[in-house]
This record gives sequence, structure tokens and C-alpha cells, in this order.
Amino acid sequence: MIRIEPRDAPSRWWTIGVPVASALIALLLAAIPLMAAGANVFEAYAQMAKGIFGSKFAFTEMLTRATPLIFTGLAATMAFRAKLWNIGAEGQLYLGAMAAVVVGTGLIDAPSIILIPIILLAGAAAGAAGMAGPTYLKTRFGADEVVTTLLLNFIILIFLQMMLEGPLKDPMGMGWPQSEPIVDNAILPQLMPRMRIHSGLIIALVAAGVAHVMLSKSVWGFKLRAVGENAAAALHAGIGVKRTMMSAAIVSGGLAGIAGVSEVAGLRGYLTTDLSPGFGYTGIVVAMLAGLSPIGVVISAIFIASVFVGADTMSRAMGVSSYLADLVVALSLICVLIGGFIARYRITRTNKGGQ
Amino acid sequence: MTNTRVLSLNNLSKRFGSVVANDAVSIELHRGEVLALLGENGAGKTTLMNMLFGHYLPDGGSIDVADESGDMRPLTLGHPQAALEAGIGMVHQHFTLAENLTVLDSILLGSESLLAWRHKRKAARAKVGRIMQRTGLTVGLDEQIGKLTVGERQRVEILKALYHDARILVLDEPTAVLTPQEADTLFENIGAMTKDGLSVIFISHKLREVLAFSHRISVLRHGKLVGEIATSDADERVIARMMVGADTPTTPREAMAPGAPVLALKTTTVKGDSARTSLHAVDLTIHAHEIVGIAGVSGNGQSALARLVSGLATPDSGELLISGKPIHRFTPPVMQKAGVGRIPEDRHHDGIIGAMSVAENLVIERLRDSDVQKYGFLQQNSIRSHAQDLCKDYDVRGPGIDADARLLSGGNIQKLILARVFECMPDLILANQPTRGLDMGAAAEVARRLLEARARGAGVLLISEDLDEVLALSDRIIVIHDGQLHEAHTNDREAIGLMMAGEQA
Repeated sequence: MIRIEPRDAPSRWWTIGVPVASALIALLLAAIPLMAAGANVFEAYAQMAKGIFGSKFAFTEMLTRATPLIFTGLAATMAFRAKLWNIGAEGQLYLGAMAAVVVGTGLIDAPSIILIPIILLAGAAAGAAGMAGPTYLKTRFGADEVVTTLLLNFIILIFLQMMLEGPLKDPMGMGWPQSEPIVDNAILPQLMPRMRIHSGLIIALVAAGVAHVMLSKSVWGFKLRAVGENAAAALHAGIGVKRTMMSAAIVSGGLAGIAGVSEVAGLRGYLTTDLSPGFGYTGIVVAMLAGLSPIGVVISAIFIASVFVGADTMSRAMGVSSYLADLVVALSLICVLIGGFIARYRITRTNKGGQ
Repeated sequence: MTNTRVLSLNNLSKRFGSVVANDAVSIELHRGEVLALLGENGAGKTTLMNMLFGHYLPDGGSIDVADESGDMRPLTLGHPQAALEAGIGMVHQHFTLAENLTVLDSILLGSESLLAWRHKRKAARAKVGRIMQRTGLTVGLDEQIGKLTVGERQRVEILKALYHDARILVLDEPTAVLTPQEADTLFENIGAMTKDGLSVIFISHKLREVLAFSHRISVLRHGKLVGEIATSDADERVIARMMVGADTPTTPREAMAPGAPVLALKTTTVKGDSARTSLHAVDLTIHAHEIVGIAGVSGNGQSALARLVSGLATPDSGELLISGKPIHRFTPPVMQKAGVGRIPEDRHHDGIIGAMSVAENLVIERLRDSDVQKYGFLQQNSIRSHAQDLCKDYDVRGPGIDADARLLSGGNIQKLILARVFECMPDLILANQPTRGLDMGAAAEVARRLLEARARGAGVLLISEDLDEVLALSDRIIVIHDGQLHEAHTNDREAIGLMMAGEQA
């Protein structure tokens, strides 16, 4: 008979080793479909590496792709640490992007130093509102936030389509459903000439650092962890569980909203319905892969962005499907979940019916 | 009743961590016999039956069960399927029926492969019909479980066991959820079943039904079998004494004059969903220098009283005063501020956050204090040195103050909670089951700290199912039964035991 018992204390080695090993195993497993597609596995991975590290452009593209994933990964992390299952970062990202467009296309005329903080705040507020609603329903009526936040994603996307066909539609857009362009003063500065990499990355790194400090060193972070780990004991000890959950929701939604601002004002310049290829959902994977650590989120976002960007290059060079990237990401998540289980539990065999 | 053995439990032992739930318990059961397994909460009755049914693997001992021809055979331990095949049926305190199935489907569920099911329904219906006729356990086979009363659901559970050809039926507190009339019907049915050769073990702590309906009584206390008696030789006094024990442990304590009231409940009512969570217009006063023990069988309103004083429940009517000041908002921080220190009943669930460090758990009730935080940031150095000091003072042993609190043993977790509570010098201490599951040493430490607080001038509200503990520590004893408090003007354990069973108010 196989018995599963908790380990006393998963060591530090496990917490770092499990995600790294999971990523490597996922890449190994992805070799199977590659071979099935008739590609030379070594060359495929070489192409993939080239797509990430092969040139300055490739590398900055990867970091550009990682930027929204850091924000949405942090959004998932802050919510999940409070056991608040925010599956709605995708919708909150679009809310943030819409707010950036509303404020940043001529509503306010101000220099960059003022306008950029304003659109960031507007985006964060819109994203936060998008998470505060479901959280209120959860704490007040017990509505399952997994369901409400997930379904809100679709509502927000359809609302966005309506806005882009209506009030937010660019009159100069030749009939395409897209917003007016963000004014120059609201554009996030580029980090390198002729590269797409923009200062959204700097904001994301700062956000990760702040999130780490707040979570581990502030009273707010203490309360958030306490509520997430054992809400009953937190309540008994006098921590305002609902208030703490709401604050986690606001931070989480706000970070997802800033992801939208960063994409609109840093990369695209205007808003369309394909701004995000699922950054909100991928952020959940990023957070899980990072073991819900804000610093880990930066690393895992870079890993996942590398897989996506690298797989693009690989598919062009080798003629294999770029969906392989999704496969690697999915495999990494599964490996991390299994690895996390192995890190927490010991699996032992006992004799059947033995004592 | 014949003298043929059908079951023997041989020296069964089970420990959970440092808690001995069963200590070499041996019990025999004969054909057609009704055995009552009696004991206070936590005496180990349910653990014993769970080992019999294969839910738990015993640490030691063996079980023999008679097969159809009456030969005793060893039972494979730790496998419910083996117990089922050996003819053991168990009806749990909390039923395990699916609401949306019909009665017949519920009875069949798990007994036949899903593929063969359809073909056997007719035969099954006939078999269940025959069982109902023989035992008098009637219930409509096509009714939906969700529409049945609790008593009818229990009948379905018993029918299910009998359908599986159970020769030994275990009922875990079968009358806990029944009205008195339903309970009488149940025992009539049990009587009919035993005439057929069925043997029954039922777990209970209701003296009256045990005396009325069993043939033999086995009493467990602190995991040990402390007595066996033929029901015809027993009366309530004898059993009550066996249940609560006759040994009085002595804790040195000096007499003290009670001071000003620190807690006053004035016709306070808490309406809960059940008796467990209700209090009916209770009056209670606890003074400084006084330990008031609340004795009672669990589920009689103790949790409502504890939740009220913890700030987790709000009274529906009546008043609550702490040190003479009425409380209007009932939240944990309000109670803390008013000077209430709280030792929760379930220390793992409500007392600590297992995934946070010992040091963090020690300051969790003081997050506003200036030595814990400055400008919203934790003062790690002072938190850690504070934790070092407290762990030394209260002898909290474990892998260190930075280790997760869940790694501490039960006794050390309780010492951590004591340190957190006593450090704040509370005027009133709520100690809810403060020594449950602790070894002697840790339990003695808890008692010593409570007496120390009493000497300092605190009032203690001690809620315990362990009558020995209540007797040893309390200045006054109050019995809680059915959401009501009755002062016991006696230290006589038999009299208190009877009051706990609701025999006399």
C-alpha cells in the first residue's frame, strides 16, 4: 500500500530546485512532439536559444514579452497569497488599458512626468475596481471568485469591443476597431533606440521589488499571509480578514491594470482587442512556477517569455508549429505542480495491511 | 443471547503523535448481543470503531471475526473492504448518503459493479423488502434521500449495512440526531435484528438508553478499557463513576477570596443553527482570583460560550460585561482590548498559523504595538528577540523561532499560545479545552499557568470536557447542558456526571 505523508520541512533546496527541474523536464518532454514532427531536436533547441540570445534584438524582444507577464504574475501572486483566486487578470488588464486610453488620448494635456503617473494610476484604479467587485461578492455573499473573475474576463472583452466600435473608436482608424493613439506625452519611454523594449520593464521590476518587501516586511504583508495561510486563526487573532482580502484584491487588480497600461502606452500606442494574447492567464502559470514569490515571478516570467519568443523563431526556422511554446509552458506548470507535491509530501510504501 | 463469539478485539492500540487514543483495548462481542461502548468525548470510542472498520491502521493488536460458519478468523487491518467482506457494517454519526439518489440506489451503491446494476435491481428490491419485513425498518425505496427525515436516513444506512450481509453492526452515537420517539423506534428495531443473530455495538454517552437497551456495557476512559459490566448489574451511579473515574489528581492551590467581577453575562442568548452553537438566556459571573469550570458533554453550547467571549459571536439578546464595562461590538480586537485572553479549543485550526514562524505567531495579536511595527513595517529584530525571551520563559521547544509553527508538537503549540495570551496580562482568560490531547507534563504546565494567573488577579473561564481537570482547577463548577448553565453546588463527580447527562437540573 502506498501512503502519502507530509514532509517535516521542505528544504530551501527544494523550493528553488523544484521549479528549475520542472522547467528542464518540461523542455525534455517537449522533445517528444518535436521528434514526432520530424524535426532534429538539437537543432530545434539551438534555434530556440538563438531566438532568445542570438542577437540584441532577440534578447530585448524576449524582455519586452516578459514585461506584461511580470505584472500579471505579480497580480496572481498577491491574490493567491491571500487565498483569493483571481483568474480575472486578463479582464483587469483590459480595464487598465481602457483607462489608459481614456485618459491618455487627449483628455488631459500635461508633460510626461505628470501624464505617465496619471495613466498608470488610472489603469491601476480600473484594474483594482475589476477585482474589488468579485471580492466584495465573495466576502459579503460567499460568491466563488474563481467563477466571477473568470466570467468577468469575457464580459470585459465584449465591453471592450463595444467601446472600440463606439465611444473609443479612432475616427482616423479607417474603420478598424481600434482606439485613438496615446498622446506622445503619455508614451512610456523606450529603453534602447530602434528596439521595442520600453520602461514598462523598469516599472515591472520595481513593482516586483516593492511587492517582495511589502509581503515579507510589512504589517500588511503579515496580515495577507496570515489570512491566506489560515483565515480562521487570523480572524481569531483579531486580523480583519475581509478587509485584508479586499486590500489584496485591490493590489492584485491594480497590478493587472498596470500590465494593460504598460502594453498600450509602452508597446502598441493604441488599443485593440488583441492587445493581450492571454497575458492574464499566463500570469497564473508564471506565479505558480515562481512558487508565489514576487522575485521568483521575474525569473519565471523571463523563462516563459523565452519559451514563447524562442518557439516563434524555432517554428519559423524548422517549420514546426509555434504551439509548441504553449506545450512547454503547460508542461512546466504540470511539472511544477507535481514537483511541489513531491517537495511537500513523502511517498512511502508499506506492506499491504502491514503494521 | 448465546455464548458464541463473533468478534474479538485483541489489545488494540493507536496513538496520534503523542496522544494515546487507544491503549491495548480488548473487547469481545457475542452473537445476538447488544454491546454499549460508553465513555466521555475523547475517550477513544470512535477511534476504536474506526480501527475495527479499517479506517485506521492500529499500532498494535489484532482483530478476529467469525466467518459464516462461526470460525474465528483474523481480519486484515486497515482495509474497510476487508471489514465489509467479514460482515462488519458501520453507521457513522454523520451520514454518508448522496442527497439526489433514491433509497434503493443508495442501498445498492458500492455493492455491485455499475455495469451489472440494472439487471439486479429486481432481486435487490426483493432482498431489501425481506430485510425491512424482518426488522421493521421501513422506508419507501423510491423516495429521494434528500426528502427523508434524519431518522429515515439512518434507517437507510442500517438497511445498507444489512443488505451487505452485515453480521456485526456498529452504530456511532445513533441517537445523537434523533428525537426521543425515533430513538425508541430504533432500539425496537435493533431488538428485532438481534433475534435474527445480528450483533450490535453502539457508541453512546447517554446513560439512560445504554441501560435500557444494551446487554453489556464496556467503558473507555482516556483510551483505556476501564470496566465491563452486564447491564443487569449496572445502574446510573455505577456507570457514571466508571466513566469519569474515581482518582482525583491533586494540584496544589491556595484558597482565595474572589475579587471584582471580570466577566458578567446577563440573560445572554446566542441563537445558533444547533444546540452546539446556542446559549439560552444564561447568567454567569466570574470574579478576579477565581477559576470557573464549565463541565459538560461536548456539543451542549460550549462553543457558543467560547465564541461569544472570544468576540466571534454576537449575542442576540442580553448583556456581556468585561470588568464592569458592557461590550457593544463583538469582534476579537474589541475583546482583546477589553482584557480578554483567549486560548482556543482547536489550537491547530484557530490558535496558530502553521505556515508562519514561531516568532510571527507570538506577535499576531499585537500587530499594532510599537515594538512590533514602525510605520507599518515589522520590527524584525525586536520581534525575534521578544520571541527568544518568550520561548525561554514558557519553555517552548522546537526547531527554533524562525521555523514554521506547525513543526512544534501539540504541547509546545499550546505553550506558544499561553505565552502569547499571558504576556498581555489579561483580566479574563478563556481557556477552552486547554489540555486536550496534551501529555501530562504539558497539561500540568497549563494548569500551573492558569493558577498563576488566578493568583495575579485574573478570572478564568475554563471550559473542559475533562471532569478531572475541572474538579482539580475550579473554584466553582457550572454544568452546561443544552445551552443552559446550572451551578453545581457540589464537588461530587457522580452528581456532576448526572447533571452533565441532563438527568437533573
